[in-house]
Amino acid sequence: MYKIKKEQLSALLETVGRNMDLYLPVNNNGKTNFGIWTEDARVDLETLKTVKSPKDAFFPQSEVLYSCYKDAKKTEITPQELVSRDFVIFGVRPCDVRAFEVLDRVFLAEPADTYYAARREHGIVVSLACHEPEESCFCKVFGIDAAAPEGDVAMWAVNDTYCMEARTEKGEKFLELVKEYLEPAGDEESAAVTAEQEAIREIIEKLPYSHLSLEGWDGNATKERFDDPRWKELSDACLACGTCTFSCPTCQCYDIKDFNTGHGVQRYRCWDSCMYSDFTLMAHGNNRTTQLQRFRQRFMHKLVYYPANNDGMYSCVGCGRCVEKCPQGLNIVKVIKRMGGSK
Amino acid sequence: MCNCGSEEKKNALLPQVGVITDIRQETPDVKTFRIVKPDGTKLFEHMPGQCAMLCVPGVGEGMFSITSSPTNKEYQEFSIKECGVLTTYLHNMEVGDEILVRGPYGNHFPVETVLKGQNLLFIAGGIGLAPLRSVINYVLDNREDYGTVDIVYGSRSADDLVQLKEIQEKWMNAKDTKVHLTIDREQEGWDGHVGFVPNYVKELNMSTDKVALICGPPIMIKFTLQGLQEVGFDKTQVYTTLELRMKCGVGKCGRCNIGSKYVCKDGPVFRCDEIDELPNEY
Amino acid sequence: MQEELIRRAKELLSDGTVVRVMGWRKGDMSFNPEPALFESEDSLSEFVYDGFCGANLSKYMIKLSKLEGKTLVFLKPCDTYSFNQLVKEHRVDREKAYIIGVGCDGSLDVDAMKEKGAKGIREIAEDGDTVKVSAIYGDKEFAREDVILERCRACKGGKHMVYDELASNADEEKPARDGRFSMVEKIEAMDPKERFAFWQNELSRCIRCNACRNVCPACSCIKCVFDNDRYDTAQKANFDTFEEQMFHIIRAFHVAGRCTDCGECSRVCPEHIPLHLLNRKFIKDINEFYGDYQAGEDTDSRAPLTNFTTEDVEPSIVQERG
Repeated sequence: MYKIKKEQLSALLETVGRNMDLYLPVNNNGKTNFGIWTEDARVDLETLKTVKSPKDAFFPQSEVLYSCYKDAKKTEITPQELVSRDFVIFGVRPCDVRAFEVLDRVFLAEPADTYYAARREHGIVVSLACHEPEESCFCKVFGIDAAAPEGDVAMWAVNDTYCMEARTEKGEKFLELVKEYLEPAGDEESAAVTAEQEAIREIIEKLPYSHLSLEGWDGNATKERFDDPRWKELSDACLACGTCTFSCPTCQCYDIKDFNTGHGVQRYRCWDSCMYSDFTLMAHGNNRTTQLQRFRQRFMHKLVYYPANNDGMYSCVGCGRCVEKCPQGLNIVKVIKRMGGSK
Repeated sequence: MCNCGSEEKKNALLPQVGVITDIRQETPDVKTFRIVKPDGTKLFEHMPGQCAMLCVPGVGEGMFSITSSPTNKEYQEFSIKECGVLTTYLHNMEVGDEILVRGPYGNHFPVETVLKGQNLLFIAGGIGLAPLRSVINYVLDNREDYGTVDIVYGSRSADDLVQLKEIQEKWMNAKDTKVHLTIDREQEGWDGHVGFVPNYVKELNMSTDKVALICGPPIMIKFTLQGLQEVGFDKTQVYTTLELRMKCGVGKCGRCNIGSKYVCKDGPVFRCDEIDELPNEY
Repeated sequence: MQEELIRRAKELLSDGTVVRVMGWRKGDMSFNPEPALFESEDSLSEFVYDGFCGANLSKYMIKLSKLEGKTLVFLKPCDTYSFNQLVKEHRVDREKAYIIGVGCDGSLDVDAMKEKGAKGIREIAEDGDTVKVSAIYGDKEFAREDVILERCRACKGGKHMVYDELASNADEEKPARDGRFSMVEKIEAMDPKERFAFWQNELSRCIRCNACRNVCPACSCIKCVFDNDRYDTAQKANFDTFEEQMFHIIRAFHVAGRCTDCGECSRVCPEHIPLHLLNRKFIKDINEFYGDYQAGEDTDSRAPLTNFTTEDVEPSIVQERG
């Protein structure tokens, strides 16, 4: 394990940021989101939850897939250049790190998504344990330890230092790159990290959603859950906006569209939401015509369909963003609670 | 980055350029497009029932079933009904025009396994013949591998029957093959059967020693399946195809799912008892 | 208060005046209720009305107007402006609604409490002018005034513009507050570059979730121009220049003269973009050009932007103002 004084972190980040793309939580007018490091960026590692999750780093909200030019009758396709240089994504919370694994199971399944795979190959994830987990957190429900983050490098904030530990080869490479700023951590720091971990776990136990029961939610529950009459009351107030989807670290649905540049066409993909009315619209019909159906789809996907296809793994990591952000106070916790098998 | 699919990993979202080499007006609103690579060779190999994405840059991209048989070594064909923005554009294209194609996607009818040696009953309604035509020609081109073949095909009117020339010249003359055509309403010059496909299937009262493959509008599939069950077919003997909105074609964009199944990846071909397991949302 | 509303709702359901009730349902925490539809007397046991019921229920009435029978809806004073405006635009059917006007002491903003240091919130209790937060990382007490929604700081007053009956806590005399345009004035005073930078910075955070549009009672188009694939206006992708220069500005234009300043756009924005300021700028301009006008005050007057009078300001003023 290594350590760095908090006040020296900005020098480390500057070195990294000048060497490669560095994504990290940046505060803009009170709201913190992952953004690219610049000299003036107001780096904010204190805020627990960025508004949007860091999934943009691997799966950007909008990206060009290829460009297309037409000359007389000849069509020429130019694929978008893939990410080929290493980059760092710094300060990722444990739930969000797990979310990358959820996304991997979709995007890296055969046939792997070329664009995502390239970013994943070159992205170095530096995670940060959650010093003070909050009331909307329920990562424990999904077996995530907020005190022991995964990723290439794990990081803890203890007193006036950050302690870092490489978890993978990539992580070791990263620490090697910034070694001039690091000192080996001693017994004192090790003890401090252990104490911090214990403190985090103790708080997690006390959080209101930490003991949420997932009973009745699994890959085999399609029939019971799908036909449950309670979807109506749960979805009545849904605005059909994309706040939950776009702040969610595991939502992965996308649309593919064209942008006419005037000289050709850029074919791009962008995040889409199953909450939107045109999501399944076809020229000759739509198989989900009501908001109830769309609302149900989102939660069924996360809690039933995805687990059915992925060895029981849920497509939710308990980050709690939707709990905090839904304009009308609807969220996955309410769905789980009200419709759970035992209740 | 190349898309030849040989050495490097294929980018599933990147299309190849195809050229339209033939367009046949099948019915007032259906055209069949023949597409090859710019060098004149076949785009890719596929299996009967599989689909491909056709894209006109700036207009749109859509999934279409490949109507030609894999036994055709020269080209792929797509029978397309004019019903939306993209299909209307396609209908205005000409021979020699280029189009983007990616695929093939999805599963296929089990022609090499379950269907082998079986008596086959094909039931198609309207443009639903498109995917079945691929299987029918595959079967007829490997005639000795399969038992008897019955083809029930119906459409709104005689003018809406697609691939009529091939039906009359090839299918009607094939060994141990019967073709039963029907149209919805009486029409001058039509001396064949008149009536909806599901009823016709019941009237034909076929023996149940067959595997049935149904394709057509959802309502036709539903009633035909009921009719087949009435005459003694089991759902495990019946295959059909489903169609939903698709964007990626490889099970990632998240919109063509019915329950945990993605039509683009786990379908489009489903055995009817498998469909029963899915939530009623298609 | 809540008990009174539940009792009245039950009465109206049982005597057949209404067939359903649009209100708020208790959340799983003390501070996260949700708008909800109640279709039986029993289900009303989950009904809640407190400081966290900020959601404006008017827009739900578009959908509910289309159903058989009347719907009882609870509207706070500011919500009634939206309802009236929707009546004026023939989006809701006044005859399909039974409105109980409820009083409001200013809706509470949990995010404001978090910004002021409440962390790990377990429970929030209202106690007159004080709001008590019990939290894992330390309990807090706030003056209600400091933790109300932005829109409540520019409260239009306690008067309900439309109702069938008033709840006992309604205070029709409660005065409107001043200072509605103070921030607009500050932005007006910026030089153009500074102003552009201000909005660019704010709007750059937009994640194109459409919450502002979908919650907005004035955004009642059946198919939004930005969703319409038939024209080149559809824009689903998040693309900086679009959000910064098009989406919100065009939306503000579309609702100009119809926006009642209900503030839902700013309440729901996950990125806390002060979208209400765009609307307030339009309202301020309309007031200055055409005389004071408040959308939703009535259901039959002609709105300034859809009316012509000889006193109307000359178009050249727009040019002069750049």
